[in-house]
Amino acid sequence: MTAQAFFQVLASGLLMGLLYALIAVGLSLIFGLMDVVNFAHGEFLMIAMYAAFGLWGIGGIDPVLLMPAVTAILFAVGVAAYLGVVRFAMRAKTNIGMVQIFATFGLAILIQGLSQYFFSPDYRSIPASWLGGRTISVGGVFLPLPQVFGGFVSILAFAGLYVLMNRTDFGKALEATREDQGAVALVGIDRNKVFALGWGLGAALVGLAGSVLAIFYYIHPQVGGPFALVAYVVVALGGFGSVFGALAAGLIVGVVEAFAATIMPPAMKSISVYLLYLGVVFIRPSGLFGRL
Amino acid sequence: MSSRHGQLIALCIVTICLAALPAVMRDVYLLNVLILTLMYAALSQSWNILGGYCGQISLGHALYFGCGAYVTSILFTKFGVSPWFGAIGGGCIAAVLALGLGYPCFRLAGHYFSIATIVIAEIGLLLVHNWDAVGAAQGIQWPISRDSWWTLQFARNKAPYVHVVLGLFVITWLATYWIENSRWGYWWRAVKDNSEAAESLGVDVFRSKMAAAALSAFFTAIGGGFYAAFVGYIDPESVMTFRFSLLFALPAVLGGIGTLWGPLVGAAVLIPMTEITRSYMGGSGNGVDLIIYGTLIMIIALAKPEGVLSLFQRHAKPAATA
Repeated sequence: MTAQAFFQVLASGLLMGLLYALIAVGLSLIFGLMDVVNFAHGEFLMIAMYAAFGLWGIGGIDPVLLMPAVTAILFAVGVAAYLGVVRFAMRAKTNIGMVQIFATFGLAILIQGLSQYFFSPDYRSIPASWLGGRTISVGGVFLPLPQVFGGFVSILAFAGLYVLMNRTDFGKALEATREDQGAVALVGIDRNKVFALGWGLGAALVGLAGSVLAIFYYIHPQVGGPFALVAYVVVALGGFGSVFGALAAGLIVGVVEAFAATIMPPAMKSISVYLLYLGVVFIRPSGLFGRL
Repeated sequence: MSSRHGQLIALCIVTICLAALPAVMRDVYLLNVLILTLMYAALSQSWNILGGYCGQISLGHALYFGCGAYVTSILFTKFGVSPWFGAIGGGCIAAVLALGLGYPCFRLAGHYFSIATIVIAEIGLLLVHNWDAVGAAQGIQWPISRDSWWTLQFARNKAPYVHVVLGLFVITWLATYWIENSRWGYWWRAVKDNSEAAESLGVDVFRSKMAAAALSAFFTAIGGGFYAAFVGYIDPESVMTFRFSLLFALPAVLGGIGTLWGPLVGAAVLIPMTEITRSYMGGSGNGVDLIIYGTLIMIIALAKPEGVLSLFQRHAKPAATA
């Protein structure tokens, strides 16, 4: 492999990794906040992609400009999922883990059904946009513009998340609720409200990722599944609940997958990511940055 | 003691009723639903051994199901081995596989364990998908042969399949029944409730998990062998995807996880519902079947976290403890 090819693979791996991290971070945030694994996370991504597609179809507005709207829609979806489903799942006194898994899994199937009902099972794409199909060249390395844009969005989102979690009252409330769900009530924090906003934030982040992905990826009702699986691996690899572990793990997964694709059939490149996960947790049972 | 005997009597009654059902129910479609219901009841009963009693939530049992389906199909189509032996062979291989995978995986806890099981099953799916010797993506087609108990092929009359799969369910039920009051059963429940405390009381936690995994995988693979013989065609997507892993866990969860009757009750609610919505509303591909199915799973999970079975147990409980 020449140096140029090496950098080409590395760069595309890092860009995909940034997007994986952005998809996964909402999952990690929600888990860290309340120990719930959202099995409808891939479907949130799918909703975001359809939202971008639908709004583009109605108004002809470029997907880049639609990002705030899609993110806002997903924020609402996240809050609704918490208030409508997860809140009740948390009340279970027995089998709480399984109840959460299957309540969110049922939600995932419902969302898939709804998207099939409204958009049909057909594959869709946004054929013309400002960024779609363009590449830029940096020192002889060719990079597709949508992915470069996605990488920037991801970095900005993580920076924003850092500020939000460390410099704002909401961030402090989030951290306090994560530390001790019972005690926060004593200092006047409404736990239910924090959870709802946490779900909104987690879904908004995956909404951001979905609106970028919609520019260069096919959109269909089952699109979320494979991305969700990568997101679970990223979250676990980084350590459940660790937001910046998700960023590091996302980058590692993106790079490993990109290099694996050069030495094994494309259909089997995911195996490298799965083996990476197993290799890490067999040595460190709580992921790279997990606290356990 | 008397309640234990009561369980056995209940099993006899249920078995006789189900065995007699094909005599009055001739409709091929309904028989098909009955066969699938009993198959998922047996598979969920197998999953329940590891997931329900031992508390290790595996979401990768499709691997063992696929193992049984593939071993049975290959032995039958290439070597003419009867599926009866093929399924048992597949079961043994799956049990060994479970022990080999359990060795590193049982160090993991909670979600790290569950995700490891998903990932391992996905690796298995991708490998089989690209493995030419086992048919790769094309899968394996069973040859058309005349009706016979030896080859487990019945083209016209589906009733024998009901009896075979009912037998499998009864065996998995009896295994669970026996386990409940055995030393293993107490160990498993101790591991599930609090593995540190169990360890400190002298329970060999690691060996308990390994034994549960091996037994669970063995029966799951036998179910896979039955499924292959029943449908006569398998490919990686039709036996090894994540969907199946969930479908093995779901009836036990809906019926009552870690209970003797939970898997059957859960399967009796879930499978007919799935099949009926799929055939009456899913044909057009408009997704209405998924909307109903997803909503019902959500409602059952939220409304009855202990499982549907708990509806009936409210009155039975005081009698059982007395």
